[in-house]
Amino acid sequence: MQSKKVSVYRREHFNAAHRLHNPAWDAEKNFDVFGKCSNPNFHGHNYEIEVRITGETDPETGFVINLKVLRDIIKETILEKLDHKNLNLDVPEFKDVNPTVENIVIFIFNALREKIDLKFELHVRVYETPRNFAEYPAS
Amino acid sequence: MVYLTRIEHFNAAHKLYNPAWDREKNEIVFGKCANDNWHGHNYELHVTIKGEIVEDTGFLFDVKILSLLINEFVIEKLDHKNLNLDVEFLKDKMCSTENLAIAVWKQLQPHLPAPVKLHCVKLYETPRIFVEYFGD
Repeated sequence: MQSKKVSVYRREHFNAAHRLHNPAWDAEKNFDVFGKCSNPNFHGHNYEIEVRITGETDPETGFVINLKVLRDIIKETILEKLDHKNLNLDVPEFKDVNPTVENIVIFIFNALREKIDLKFELHVRVYETPRNFAEYPAS
Repeated sequence: MVYLTRIEHFNAAHKLYNPAWDREKNEIVFGKCANDNWHGHNYELHVTIKGEIVEDTGFLFDVKILSLLINEFVIEKLDHKNLNLDVEFLKDKMCSTENLAIAVWKQLQPHLPAPVKLHCVKLYETPRIFVEYFGD
């Protein structure tokens, strides 16, 4: 039988500063492992996020999920917390977690998962640059 | 006359903050860009040069050398840096994209061998915001 499930996507973006740094290591080891990403004065990125929601379309609306509602959830839950911020200093969740693109995608997934009905499958992709990105759950 | 463009990119932190103003005025003028702890961007830099084609090579200028010059005099000084704190040639300047484009022009222009001329520095701060500077 043909699947009734459809995936819909919403893209958003935010700009933030960060650095990669393990406080258990000295500056030399941090530089060996993280290179210029460990610069103590931070650097930054234009992050792009892609949120995928999978479910059956509602026969009354034709929607899987109202994308305006999804957009508002992403803005309130993620963008207001991360946009124009320093991920290491301004976001409590990264106080003791290195803000790599891997850890950022898990943070965004967990924050959205609490707000999105469990009947929907959720998948998140985060682009740190146009060439580096991570997705969660892994495919 | 022909125009040749090389695209490079760098990632950096910055903030927009005028130290002559108090925090309140900075927030009114620069909004969230004034965040004390910085934010950051993936900058994309388009450098366009102009001149006549050299018959022997068919080139205006060896684009590999253009890339090396941009990397030595611009990218290495900006990439993975804090533009407000780490960059000598931006010291005491407001770190707007406008000022950054002009500063990039000044960094590069003296290193381009005549008769090649710098035509345009185009700098994207985000995919939706960019500045062009033509040297005048």
